[in-house]
Amino acid sequence: MKKLLIWLPLGLFLLVFALVVNGLIEPSDRIVRSAMIGKPLPAMQLPAIVDGKPGIDTAIWPKGKPRLLNVFASWCIPCVAEAPQLLKLKRAGAQIDAIAVRDTAPAVQAFLARNGDPYARIGDDSAMRAQLSLGSSGVPETFVIDGRGVIVDQHVGDIRAEDVPKLLAALEKAR
Amino acid sequence: MRRALLPIALLLTGVAQADSSLPASPLAYTQLPDPDQEAQAKALMETLRCLVCQGQSIADSDADMAGEMRALVRQRIAAGEPPARVRKWLMERYGDYVTYDPPLSWITAPLWIAPLALLGIGLLIARRLFRRRTA
Repeated sequence: MKKLLIWLPLGLFLLVFALVVNGLIEPSDRIVRSAMIGKPLPAMQLPAIVDGKPGIDTAIWPKGKPRLLNVFASWCIPCVAEAPQLLKLKRAGAQIDAIAVRDTAPAVQAFLARNGDPYARIGDDSAMRAQLSLGSSGVPETFVIDGRGVIVDQHVGDIRAEDVPKLLAALEKAR
Repeated sequence: MRRALLPIALLLTGVAQADSSLPASPLAYTQLPDPDQEAQAKALMETLRCLVCQGQSIADSDADMAGEMRALVRQRIAAGEPPARVRKWLMERYGDYVTYDPPLSWITAPLWIAPLALLGIGLLIARRLFRRRTA
């Protein structure tokens, strides 16, 4: 018994050591993901924010083809960083709609003029209601909506070059 | 010369904005006129997690999103919705993580059972010790 007990402190030390090393190698994930994945897109009626581009009305959501729904804002810096990737997605044939969170028409106009405009429609979400009803916890976020209007995937944070093929694959899968 | 100008030029640049410049919804920072409803809303807000500043409740946080969540809670409660339904609406969207009062599930069960188990073990140890002394 005593011979076994002598190893106990070492065992405890190794246990704590393993915990710490694990925390270093794989830090805990603080991203809040939406619980709406697998559920239909919540009803939203968002007015247009820029001239010549319709807003978002889920009652007339185009069914049949999967689409991306990008939650962005002109005041969000990572949104500037992901703009070229969204343009790349659009060139690859993705249909992209957007929700502008707490934004103004001139600011969005300037943002699009500067960073390019990949969007088919942009809805004005001045009080974050649409963002909250999607379960989105920040900007930018991108939802993949399948042809039946069901949310099938979510990308949290800015889209990087390596995420483009993943999103295209998700769109292909949602077909 | 250039080197001397750079710090000055940096001082002149504006701050990069990371929050919207739009004013917050009126109900984000204004209490409801009905004190009963405000009390209900406040109690609910204290149990809801701010998703941006994850250690704080939305009642405590000044983040844009926390403000809009407060406005949403107040609006719904003013419209006569019971707090439990507002909480459920948010949990359907953000999962159990959004509440500081998570429901009993397989993941939270140890939190409830562990104190009882420890108390039981303590009683057993105490009984054995007392027996030894009387013997």
